[in-house]
Amino acid sequence: MTAKRLAIISAHGSLDAAYPPLILATAALAMDMEAAIFFTFYGLEIIKKGQADKLQVSPIANPAMPQPVPGISVPNIIGVLPGMTAVATGMMNSWMKKANVAKLSELLDMAKEMNVRMIACQMSMDVMGIKKEDLIDGVEVGGAATFLQYASEDAIALSF
Amino acid sequence: MSFKFDQELDCSGLACPMPILKTKKAVDALQPGQVLKMIATDPGAVPDMEAWTSKTGHELLGHEQDGPKLTFYIRKK
Repeated sequence: MTAKRLAIISAHGSLDAAYPPLILATAALAMDMEAAIFFTFYGLEIIKKGQADKLQVSPIANPAMPQPVPGISVPNIIGVLPGMTAVATGMMNSWMKKANVAKLSELLDMAKEMNVRMIACQMSMDVMGIKKEDLIDGVEVGGAATFLQYASEDAIALSF
Repeated sequence: MSFKFDQELDCSGLACPMPILKTKKAVDALQPGQVLKMIATDPGAVPDMEAWTSKTGHELLGHEQDGPKLTFYIRKK
């Protein structure tokens, strides 16, 4: 079977978790497939107006994060200190820039332009007090059935 | 290796997935049979362009490497 669709669930709002859904969805459109992303729980942060480039990366419980100074091991518990999330985020952003990775806002613009279907989870919006006008333009609001109906037809389904 | 081309696209310095997205846009704007010359510096562009052309049906006429600079020639189906 050849899948014609990519159906993605985006449930996390950290910087590192926001990239894969947007990269894969835009690449799918470039490969003449269709793609939809269902933004649920913290994934909604990615599509809040003006929020994409402010997402952060947490050093806590993230032992895979490279050390700021190569060869010098910093205990992971240091991550609980005030300000460490900002430090880790700054580090990640500088690595991203050095590697010429597009900003999340640029990928979101691409996704919109290429007609990636973006679905915001109604239930999560209610739980977190997020209104439709808090979200970027071009997003539709839907529920589990909206996503499943899309995913049930010739789709690869992924969750991040 | 060099081919006659109708359009040129420079993706130097861009990381995944941008070379693919920009190539898609550029090829869409061509007429069938026309050739796009695409330049990239992302080493991942080599397997990605092979996969992209294989999936979309456009023809990868070939690619060459000059240091970090990769040049691809793609003929629109």
